[in-house]
Amino acid sequence: MSTATPVRPGTSPAAKLVSHVATARESGIVLALVLIIVVATLNNPTFLFSSDGFRDLLLTPSLLLLVAVGQAIVIITRNVDLSVGSVVGLTAYLTGRLFIDVPGLPLVVVFIAGIVVGGILGFVNGALVAYAKVPALVITLGTMYIYRGINVAWAGSNRVNASDLPGSFRDLGTGQVLGIPLLTILAVVVLIAAAWYLRNLRSGRELYAIGSDPAAAHLYGLKVNRRIIGAFVTSGALAGLAGVLYAARYGTVASNAGFGWELQAIGAAVIGGVAISGGVGTVWGAAIGAYLLLTINRALPILGIDDFWQRAVVGALILGAIVLDRVLAVRQSRKLTAERETGR
Amino acid sequence: MFAFTRKTRVGTAAAALALAVTLVATGCSGGSAGGSAGGDGGGGNLAITFLPKNLGNPYFETSNKGGEEAITEFGGTFEQVGPSEATPTSQVQYIQTAAQQGVGGLVISANDPSAICDALDEARSAGVKVVTFDSDTDAKCRDLFINQATAEGIAKAQVDLISEQIGDSGQVAILSAAANATNQNTWIELMKKDLTANHPNIELVDVVYGDDDDQTSFDRTAALLQTYPNLKGIVSPTTVGIAAAGRYLSTSAFKGKVALTGLGTPNQLREYVQDGTITSFALWNPADLGYLSAYATKALIDGTITGKEGDSFEAGKLGTFTVGADATVLLGDPFVFTKENIGDFDF
Amino acid sequence: MTSTTVDERARTYRAHARPFWRRAVLTREAAIIGILLLVIFVSLATVRNFDSPLTVTYLLRDIAPILLIALPMTLIIITEEIDLSVASIVGLSSVTVGVLTQAGWPFELAGLAAIVVGVVAGAVNGFLVTVVGLPSLAVTIGTLALFRGIAVGLLGTEAVTEFPETWTDLAKANIPGTPLPLIMIPFAVLAIVFAVLLHLTPFGRSLYAIGLNKEAAQFSGIDVGRTKFVLFVMSGAVSGFAGVYFTLLYSNARGENAMGMELQVIAAVLLGGVSIFGGRGALHGVVAGVLLIGTLGSALRLAGVTSDIINVITGLLLVLSVVSASLLAWLQGRRAAAAGKRKNARSVASTASV
Repeated sequence: MSTATPVRPGTSPAAKLVSHVATARESGIVLALVLIIVVATLNNPTFLFSSDGFRDLLLTPSLLLLVAVGQAIVIITRNVDLSVGSVVGLTAYLTGRLFIDVPGLPLVVVFIAGIVVGGILGFVNGALVAYAKVPALVITLGTMYIYRGINVAWAGSNRVNASDLPGSFRDLGTGQVLGIPLLTILAVVVLIAAAWYLRNLRSGRELYAIGSDPAAAHLYGLKVNRRIIGAFVTSGALAGLAGVLYAARYGTVASNAGFGWELQAIGAAVIGGVAISGGVGTVWGAAIGAYLLLTINRALPILGIDDFWQRAVVGALILGAIVLDRVLAVRQSRKLTAERETGR
Repeated sequence: MFAFTRKTRVGTAAAALALAVTLVATGCSGGSAGGSAGGDGGGGNLAITFLPKNLGNPYFETSNKGGEEAITEFGGTFEQVGPSEATPTSQVQYIQTAAQQGVGGLVISANDPSAICDALDEARSAGVKVVTFDSDTDAKCRDLFINQATAEGIAKAQVDLISEQIGDSGQVAILSAAANATNQNTWIELMKKDLTANHPNIELVDVVYGDDDDQTSFDRTAALLQTYPNLKGIVSPTTVGIAAAGRYLSTSAFKGKVALTGLGTPNQLREYVQDGTITSFALWNPADLGYLSAYATKALIDGTITGKEGDSFEAGKLGTFTVGADATVLLGDPFVFTKENIGDFDF
Repeated sequence: MTSTTVDERARTYRAHARPFWRRAVLTREAAIIGILLLVIFVSLATVRNFDSPLTVTYLLRDIAPILLIALPMTLIIITEEIDLSVASIVGLSSVTVGVLTQAGWPFELAGLAAIVVGVVAGAVNGFLVTVVGLPSLAVTIGTLALFRGIAVGLLGTEAVTEFPETWTDLAKANIPGTPLPLIMIPFAVLAIVFAVLLHLTPFGRSLYAIGLNKEAAQFSGIDVGRTKFVLFVMSGAVSGFAGVYFTLLYSNARGENAMGMELQVIAAVLLGGVSIFGGRGALHGVVAGVLLIGTLGSALRLAGVTSDIINVITGLLLVLSVVSASLLAWLQGRRAAAAGKRKNARSVASTASV
């Protein structure tokens, strides 16, 4: 007589995978994004089904995506980086100036310069946060002022005009491969790299540990300072890359480029499931959050709502996201406590 | 935690020292920022400050240069200040600083017709002559207004251009600057009247505001083209707006299908005229506008004119000008730029 | 026996270990006040036109909103929370005043309604922080966007610029006979109220307790949730009032009004010696901090320095002030450790010699 153990429903690996995907935060916002696109397209087919519409849909959020990914990495370590907007502006203007002052400079050099400068600016933030033990909010508040001030002082009333940039560089901003904008492909490649790093490399997983409980991470022997500095350098470097791409996309760079991007990036990350208290969330969520935010911006006028209400929608979404996080966290802790009590 | 004491003082004293050194350095070199007021009060104070809608705007850079040229000619001192965004609130601080510095004249392009009135009145009671140019305020809070062309003329020029380019029928939209800008709003009202009266087949579907910010104008153009698929023309009575719209249009599927015209500077739009995105547009010479404004301010300062109708004064290379009604001085007529003549200009 | 009596005799409380004059003068607040005076003297000496009475008037009129909001912000930061939405509440109350005035309401009612809007906004913040239990940083980032969004959405890019002249003149008038603007009177009243509240009432003492150790405060009977809720409501109310004043000062109600002001408030508060970790701070330092930033800005603008350098200096001051606090804490720790080691070595030596 065979005694096969009865299978409890819902515990097979396939079922677990399905339930994991279905309840993942990222699935929720992908659904919201698809919903918005569908509703907007029903209202006005050119939203999606025109070459301009499709291109703009993919292209415009790709800059914010880079900044949001960097911000997500910093938020996961239980910090925040308010200076990314200023870094984007500074590197965008630097890009323009490099092309104007050093004619014939290869594109690669400009890209590297932007990323390196962004990384250095991020390093300043990271070092101050790690070694001075001051909350990142305050440090990056100060550096946000400082970097923006340097940007405006350097630019003065000049600006970089589209005609100052070489055509090959600007083509990057508008070029397409198989109908998908180059900038989007670049951003997605960076996204995949970041996601892989956070999930598969030890140093990436350590960021989650530091965010969940910095004291425990320190006692466990993790090199907390080094990881935090690394997170800020990454955020700065990604913002630097976004700045270079900003110049490619918009052509004209005034001294207020990137203004306000830090709050958009934080909003995108929070909506995408990255908890502001650290230790939770993925860069996929932040990326989808960035797309969601900017697609709402474009969809509102189509739906007849003045796009002045976009900021209110973003604020409501952020609040909704953090309340949802809290509700889920409370439920999770109650479930764990119950399991512990019943000795399972 | 309450025992931060002696060491705090040492640390902050060092910071204070650094701060003091900075201040002394900037205070001593304050003159390098563009000129110090030469002599206080009286009819001889030819320190003139230019305060455009915002800095970083090529149109105002040109008008500032014109003003500087005039001021150098008659031996005054020139200074240019301005906010980075075109809002009235940010202009108030600069007006106040000018009043405190005791400059002879303030030449301003207003972001709002009435919001800065109080600040301007305070400046005038401190002895500063207030001259508006390009964008006016209420007549009671300024001494003189230098108008580039009659508002009717500017509006008519743009309506004529767009109707010519779209065959006098179809949907058009307007991409303006800031929602409260006096000059754009005056022109838009006149354009609407002209369209209703003389072009019944043209439908104005929307007026959107780009805030004289390049990226905002760029994004607004994209939104316009998407929201109104049958749009045939865009009119942009602001140099920042038309440049951003041209940049978007020239890489879009609508290039050549949607007409774009308005007020723009030749240097910014040359590329789009040459690749066919823009057929023709209008403007006047902003440098002449700045030049005339500076001379008018000088005339006010040294008492040659008081702003009364009929007063006349010399404006260097531009000739003699007479003050018209409402203390307004007219520069001339708008000029139309096309592919043929755009190579002759450099501003 | 001799060693124990030596230890018992010298039992002083660390907070009162020094004479009063040293405790009052050698503090962070005194340092900031000292720097402020230094900046004023240097400006008077080197910057032309700084000594005109217009300077004081313009300076105080411009920073009055920041002065007002810094008062409740100090209390909030002392309890280790933060409120980033204050500038958005200013914008929202400004828009409320504008919309209602345009709709024909008498200005007094419109102003009152704007303050009520501020109170409601503060209550929303308080509710989310205390009842739902969310971190105030996240909540106020969300409400910063939400309130600003509502303000911009209500008016679009329009601005309401018609306000009754009696009120706009009142906002700009000076106290007769002095260059001080009239707004200083409500500010002085509020400052005294907050100072009394903070330093002379149990409520105020409880704020320090909450900031130093929230759980201990809760267990010692302080209703932490209610206290924080009250603080956020106060912050909203004062921001609402500042919004009405701002609107009258610039005769301009726009959704974008006071954008970025929250950062100036926080920078000034932290500069004034309030610790971001909570539990420490005093109002006189904060007022000096606001005045310092305002005076620096005014002097530099008069000297012809562009506003961007002013921002750079504000940012530098902010970073320097918090980093120096950390640095000094670290130095103190090192000194205490070294002293402890020395005392250990001495007692080992003394017991060894016995």
